[in-house]
Amino acid sequence: MFFKANNLSGGYGEVKVIENCNFNVNRGEIVSILGPNGAGKSSAMKAMLGMLKLESGTVVLDEKDISNFNTQDRIKLGISFVPQVNNIFTELTVNENLEMGAFTSSDDIKDKIEEMYDLFPAIKEKKYQFAGELSGGQRQQVAIARALMNNPSILMLDEPTAGVSPVVMQEIFEHIIQIKEKNIAILMVEQNANQALKISDRGYILVTGQNAYHGTGQELLNDPEIRKTFLGG
Amino acid sequence: MDFLNALILLSNFVIVPSITYGSQLALGAIGVTLIYGILRFANFAYGDLMAFGTMCVILFTWLLKSWGVNLGIFPTALLALPFGITLTIIVSLFFDKTVFEYYRNKKSSPVTFIVVSLGIMFVLNAVVRIIIGPNDIVFMDGSRFIISAVDFKEATGLLEGLTIKSTQVITIITTSLTCFLLFNFLNKTKTGKSMRAYSNNEDLALLSGIDPNKIILITWIIASILATIAGTLYGLDKSFKPFTYFNNLLPIFAATIVGGIGNPLGAFYGGFVIAFSEIALTYAYKKFIFYLLPFSSDSTNLIQYISTDYKFAISFAILVVVLIFKPQGIFKGKVI
Repeated sequence: MFFKANNLSGGYGEVKVIENCNFNVNRGEIVSILGPNGAGKSSAMKAMLGMLKLESGTVVLDEKDISNFNTQDRIKLGISFVPQVNNIFTELTVNENLEMGAFTSSDDIKDKIEEMYDLFPAIKEKKYQFAGELSGGQRQQVAIARALMNNPSILMLDEPTAGVSPVVMQEIFEHIIQIKEKNIAILMVEQNANQALKISDRGYILVTGQNAYHGTGQELLNDPEIRKTFLGG
Repeated sequence: MDFLNALILLSNFVIVPSITYGSQLALGAIGVTLIYGILRFANFAYGDLMAFGTMCVILFTWLLKSWGVNLGIFPTALLALPFGITLTIIVSLFFDKTVFEYYRNKKSSPVTFIVVSLGIMFVLNAVVRIIIGPNDIVFMDGSRFIISAVDFKEATGLLEGLTIKSTQVITIITTSLTCFLLFNFLNKTKTGKSMRAYSNNEDLALLSGIDPNKIILITWIIASILATIAGTLYGLDKSFKPFTYFNNLLPIFAATIVGGIGNPLGAFYGGFVIAFSEIALTYAYKKFIFYLLPFSSDSTNLIQYISTDYKFAISFAILVVVLIFKPQGIFKGKVI
């Protein structure tokens, strides 16, 4: 496995939010982390990014133990993260947002920017507009494009479809499939479990901070108990 | 003819002084707004940092003059400016390393930072008074006027003479140049863009791999440059007195907030809004009206509604009104 998180336990002070969680993802694979509200999905992602203090567990990227790395160092190694909210620079233009995404890279980024506009044509015509002026779906595209600018090997998305319309949600999922084809590992936390599982290779279902179920997207979708409990019948 | 006389009168006493004073405020306000945007606190030590920077420039001016160096028709202070700036940067970075960094690492609240900056204000205040004293110092040399009233009257035959002091022109040119360079830096260079990004969304900036320590370092450097230039221009135009610089903190803060705190372009315009308001509201319009009225008036009323002693009250009033009715300022800054 390209990215492995083993036995993650941690939380905020005394309160444990995640306990013995395991996740892994390969390049060219979409893996969803699902579960009810407050199950610790976002916290698990933060733990993998080094934004949550771990009591135990290891995070391994490409055979390298990065458990003790801080967030900035993990990003330099090729982990990109799209937060759920405040995931764009509203006072910067779309173009500048993308430039900031490639802040750590020293090579010419013009081609990379063009590549992003090919992937997200909707934001190309807005490249000199302030990102704060865009619609919800376009903002989300800018956010994902920004995260892709530093050539990540793994992309983590925290609820990329939160608060967008069903049409836009489909659009974003299609983009995520396109990104997967670039041989990038994709790990996402999702609320729209049904839709997310349809495009996912595998899924993890978290309940009260622990791994409850794990399987391929189809397996989870077809399991009657999971359907009843988590997918609304 | 009377209309022209009225216009010249107004230029002489309101428009030209306002643009000059506005430029000085604008530079200071941009410095305050940058510190607010990046370090997220209102730096009360800024007025005294300006005083410190100006003091350094004055000391170097004296040194240069004692060596017989001068700039001819230009003030020697312009030659001393780079040295003054360097010293001010060193002092700013010293306070950042020894004081602000400690509270940054502790993740102290903005209120704590404001109180800390007040402490630094007192220290700088005392240092300046110990080194150069509390008195008025005039360090302007070179030629005083570009257009003098007498020459202007002779040349045009008007009753009113237009005076343009060389310090006014120097102020306006230096400010334009500084702002041109600064805004190009902020909008065109990678480092400048990363500063705006950090100011806009700190968490995402960190996620993009932007180094906060470098951003903070550059912010202090730019703020120190602006403080020294603004202070020196003000001192050349009027005179240097530490207490005046402390007082100027109010119009500078007002300019920052009018323009939208954290927004450099807003701070630039805010400086002019405050300067025009202060000067236009405290000007005695008697003579101006006299030129425009078709009949002569023997009124003893000066038609000056607010005494110049109250000019800071105008800044304060604008500050309060903006905070109540439009707290994000004209150019949409952060709401405090």
